Amino acid sequence: MDAGTILSIIIGMVFINNFVLSKFLGLCPFLGVSRQIKPAVSMGLAVIFVMTLSALLTWLVYRFVLVPLNLIYLRTIVFILVIASFVQFVEMVVLKKSPALYRALGIYLPLITTNCAVLGVTVLNINEFFVNGKPISASFTLSLMQSFFAGVGFTLALLLMSGIRERLDLVDVPRHFSGIPIAFIVASLMSLAFMGFNGFRF
Amino acid sequence: MKGLLREFSKGIFQENPIFVIVLGLCPALAVSVSLENALGMGLAASFVLVFSNFIISGIRNIVPSRIRIPCFIVIIASFVTIVELLMAAFSPQLAKQLGIFVPLIVVNCIILGRAESFASRNKILPSLLDGLGMGLGFTLALSVVAAIREVLGSGKILGFTLFKGYLPATIMVLPPGALLTLGILIGLTNIIKSKIRR
Repeated sequence: MDAGTILSIIIGMVFINNFVLSKFLGLCPFLGVSRQIKPAVSMGLAVIFVMTLSALLTWLVYRFVLVPLNLIYLRTIVFILVIASFVQFVEMVVLKKSPALYRALGIYLPLITTNCAVLGVTVLNINEFFVNGKPISASFTLSLMQSFFAGVGFTLALLLMSGIRERLDLVDVPRHFSGIPIAFIVASLMSLAFMGFNGFRF
Repeated sequence: MKGLLREFSKGIFQENPIFVIVLGLCPALAVSVSLENALGMGLAASFVLVFSNFIISGIRNIVPSRIRIPCFIVIIASFVTIVELLMAAFSPQLAKQLGIFVPLIVVNCIILGRAESFASRNKILPSLLDGLGMGLGFTLALSVVAAIREVLGSGKILGFTLFKGYLPATIMVLPPGALLTLGILIGLTNIIKSKIRR
């Protein structure tokens, strides 16, 4: 694994294949919590955390449980269970250890379970870094990096969107288009801007 | 009888999952590149929706309410796995084109949403019809988005060329086109709804 691979994963996940704006993963929270900047940041951080650790757990489960037992076809069920129980666990720990953090992140954690970006990144890791059930070299590190930077890309898009939507409240939008429809049109323009990153070559 | 018919028909327009409730957007945008993909996705999601509604409504009095969400997720995930395997066996090409979005039907908010807000509170027959109606509404909405994108973006529909000499606006089949189309369609739905109400 050289610097080029690392850089291409970082740039690819954050800009070129941005999870929200070019792969359409995690759109529900993207529209749901992008009204103001502060909740958007909390949601973004929670997603980065859950994504990275879910990737770690699902990699271990896939590599050491599903493949040896020949149960690859149960991937979807097992992964969603791992993610759901992990999120539940984190919620309980945070509530117990840091009530302040719970107040900031608490309500976003359950939402993350049904965030398709999290399940999406774990499935993507398996699709990309395993060949017929065998991990390619450094697949563990690659999976973790891919998940972390996918989360960073999600947070970036969420942050930009919330900044725009805060301003959008002050603008005179046609009545029927205010709220969700105009948010989509703004997202479309953002996605257009992000397509400019396609030109990057390594 | 009239009530049952309403459970079926509400998903198609009044409570259309995509245009009105605005749920399940990720697959709606990602696979609406062509009408064929949209129909495949719509059918797969409808299958899961109908069967998970059926089972969840059947077991609604047995499952303790504290652990109902994990139970629903396992049921939904099982049907998604069935769809995944069936699709890989009978239509590998479609499975390849839909790619990661087939396993992601599990986290499609519509399915868990219907399980939680309808199937877990109603009898089997209404739940079945609700699932069928919502699935149909989802497929319909997906097809509308896909048809618009395919016609504008490639000048074709289901592989047939529509206009000769039409210069396709490629942007419509790329991600920005999806967001734009859906934004405008939801806006139009709002206009129609307010006209009807008046």
